[in-house]
Parts: sequence; structure tokens; C-alpha cells
Amino acid sequence: MSKIHITTTVNGDPAEFLASSGMTLLDALRDELGLTGAKEGCGSGDCGACSVMLDGRLVCACLVLAPEVEGCRVETIEGMAQGGQLHPLQQKFLEHAALQCGFCTPGLLVAAKALLDAHPDPTEVEARYWLAGNLCRCTGYDKIIRAVMDAAAELRQERAA
Amino acid sequence: MPELAYLAPSSPEDAARALASAGSRPLSGGTDLLVQLRAGRVKPDVIVDLKKITGAMGVREQNGGFVIGAATSGAVLGEHAGLVRAWPGIVEGANLIGSTQVQGRASLGGNLCNGSPAADGVPALIAARAVCVIVGPNGRREAPVESIVTGPGQTSLAQGEFVLEFRLPPRPARASDAYLRLIPRTEMDIAVAGVGVNLVLDAGGVVTHAHVAIGAVAPTALLVADAGAALIGGKLDDARLAAMEAAVRAACKPISDKRGTAEYRTKIAGVLARRAALIAFDRAGA
Repeated sequence: MSKIHITTTVNGDPAEFLASSGMTLLDALRDELGLTGAKEGCGSGDCGACSVMLDGRLVCACLVLAPEVEGCRVETIEGMAQGGQLHPLQQKFLEHAALQCGFCTPGLLVAAKALLDAHPDPTEVEARYWLAGNLCRCTGYDKIIRAVMDAAAELRQERAA
Repeated sequence: MPELAYLAPSSPEDAARALASAGSRPLSGGTDLLVQLRAGRVKPDVIVDLKKITGAMGVREQNGGFVIGAATSGAVLGEHAGLVRAWPGIVEGANLIGSTQVQGRASLGGNLCNGSPAADGVPALIAARAVCVIVGPNGRREAPVESIVTGPGQTSLAQGEFVLEFRLPPRPARASDAYLRLIPRTEMDIAVAGVGVNLVLDAGGVVTHAHVAIGAVAPTALLVADAGAALIGGKLDDARLAAMEAAVRAACKPISDKRGTAEYRTKIAGVLARRAALIAFDRAGA
């Protein structure tokens, strides 16, 4: 079987892998690059557990063919904490107990970060619509939304300081 | 799994050549195609990615009208202030497709050519009288959007042909559009009915041009010429709106399914048409 050699950037570092026939970006991250933070929930773009950033856009990694990322920038949950320092969203998810089983959490964090990067001061309604593509079967969403709104407030304060 | 080759040509002509083989499939955002691949509903041997073709990506102005690259993502359309100002209905239709994640990829070209009767991106494009620029083995041709889909999952495109871009007509002052759909929940569902309305008004606020297109209420999205004609010559008075609603309902040929009965879909299509017309009228500066 012929494989395609792919060169890309993942969380700021150059990365390369061999894409086999039909491989998705999610398969490549998990099986070729050992980045298992992005999860496969549905494999059909409905649940958001595989959310990553591709050239600055929030996407489902399960809906991207691996060869499509040649020359692109990919950002995953593994790049979110800086060294040992959790991102404020990660810290607020812990403080608000915005997770139980944790399977949806990496995707929700990546999607929430994309929201706050684009819209630092979202309303709760905007946050809920933005995150509508991230399904959580444990929390009932309320704690997640509280954590996101709290992190947004903290990030705005940090920026103002 | 059988071998699946991936090609990403940079010229439309190379893409048409690659798509000439029967086992090929074009790829835009992939939000439908990858799901179908995984489910085994399509079994291509070549995927031809259209996103490296310059003309298929982005929004530009040409001869006084906007041109939308067919593989441009919904997110990019929503961020284009000029397009949103001139054609808010087209953008709101495109932006209703799926989640934020899906918006990062899904395109109007893919939404059209996937052939779903309920495609949210399509009715407003039809109401806009948008024209598809189609590239194929025999060169380029143009065709109105409503001529592309011939039935659920079926298109009039020949082997090797793909939609490169959508051309929108020049926009006069006092013109606007709107798209409304009904779903059983607030987000992330498939339309029970959808209606796009495009209006042009004169200086006195009288409708001079009107086009109405409906989705999810027939095997394909439909242009309802009678409905548009019913709005011309007035300022959306009750009699004209009622005539438009009646024309919309007469054009509906829906199925009954878990999202709604045929009767409900027909009723709702009329209601959405009235509301969308009022929104477009308001936006046009009436």
C-alpha cells in the first residue's frame, strides 16, 4: 500500500508522518504522532471530542483527511498548557468540576479556547451556541458554561492588567 | 480497505482531468464526504481535493457582483463584511450548517452537490439567482443553482465536472435577502422546512424584483416563481403576502418523517416564507 509522506506543524513543532489510505487527521494524531488527547467519540463530526485547530480554524479532526494537513498548522489539547502551567480554561474546568468522565473535555477546551480567542467577552448564549458541537453526556453542560464564562472573565482581567 | 488515492490539483483543468475517472470523488470541506466514506456509502478510489484551486477559495468582487469560491468555508463567508452586507440571507443559510467545527470546513459547493433536499445553503443561493461556474473535461459552462440537484443525492453534473464558484448578480441599493429554517431543536439539526427570499425595492419602497426558494419540502430545493411574482408591485401588504404563502404551499411536495409530517412541512413553509420576506424587506431599507 502506498503511503503519503506528510510534513506539518503540530503545536508549534515540525512533525511528519506517513498517511495511509483513508487515514484521517484524528488517526494521524493518535496513532502516528502519539497525541491521544483528541478523542474519537462519533467519527462523524457530531460530538466534537476530536476538536483541534487547523490553520487557526476549529475543526473536527475526524472530518479531515490526513493528507489535507500537508504544510498546515495543527494545534491540539497537548499544546494548551504552557509547561506545567495550566491554561485558565483548564484551571476553571477543575475548579467548577466541569467534567466527570473527561472524554469530551479535550475537545471542549480546544473549542472554548477558540471561542475566547475570537470573542473575549461572549454572552452565555453565544458560548452555548459556539459549543453546541461539543457533546457531553455527564455534566449537563451548566458547569462547563460556568467554567468558560469564569475563564473568560479572568482572561479579560489578565489582559487589562 | 481498498486503496484510496489523494490528489490536490492547483488548476481547475487538472481537477477536471482527475475527476474524469468513474471512481473519483471531489472533496471540499469533507463534512459530508468523510462521513459517507466511513459509512461505506461511497467507495471512491481517488479523492480530488478542490481546496488548492485558487478560484474555489474565498470571496471576491467581479463585474460589480460577488463571486464565492465553491469550496470556501462557512466561517470565512461569515467573516466577510461586504458579503454579509449585500447577501445576509446567503450567509445565514451557509452559517446554519452544522456546528462551529463544521463551519470551519463546510462549503456551499459541497452543500449543493451533496444533493440533500434539506441543504440549508441552497435556497438563498437560488433566490439570489446565483449562477454556478462549472468546470469539466470540455471546458467551462454556467448553470443556475436550481439546475444542479436533480433528486436526493443526484446532480446534473457530468463525470469530471465540478462547481468552481458561484456568481452573484450585482446588488442595487435597497436590496436584501433572508433565509429561515425550522428545526425541532435550537441548533445542530436538519431542516423541516427552509425558505430563502430575495427582494429589490425602488426608491419608494415598492418591491420591483422578488425571488422565493424553498428547501426540505420537495426532492430538491425549488424556485417558486409564482411566490416571487406575488410580492412584486407592493410593500408586502397582507394580500400579497397571503398570495405568496399560497404559492409556496402549492409548490411543496414534502415527505412525512420523524421531523414533521407533509402537512406540517407545507404549513410551516408558508409561515417561514412570510417571515423571511418581512426580514428581507426590513433589511432592504423599506
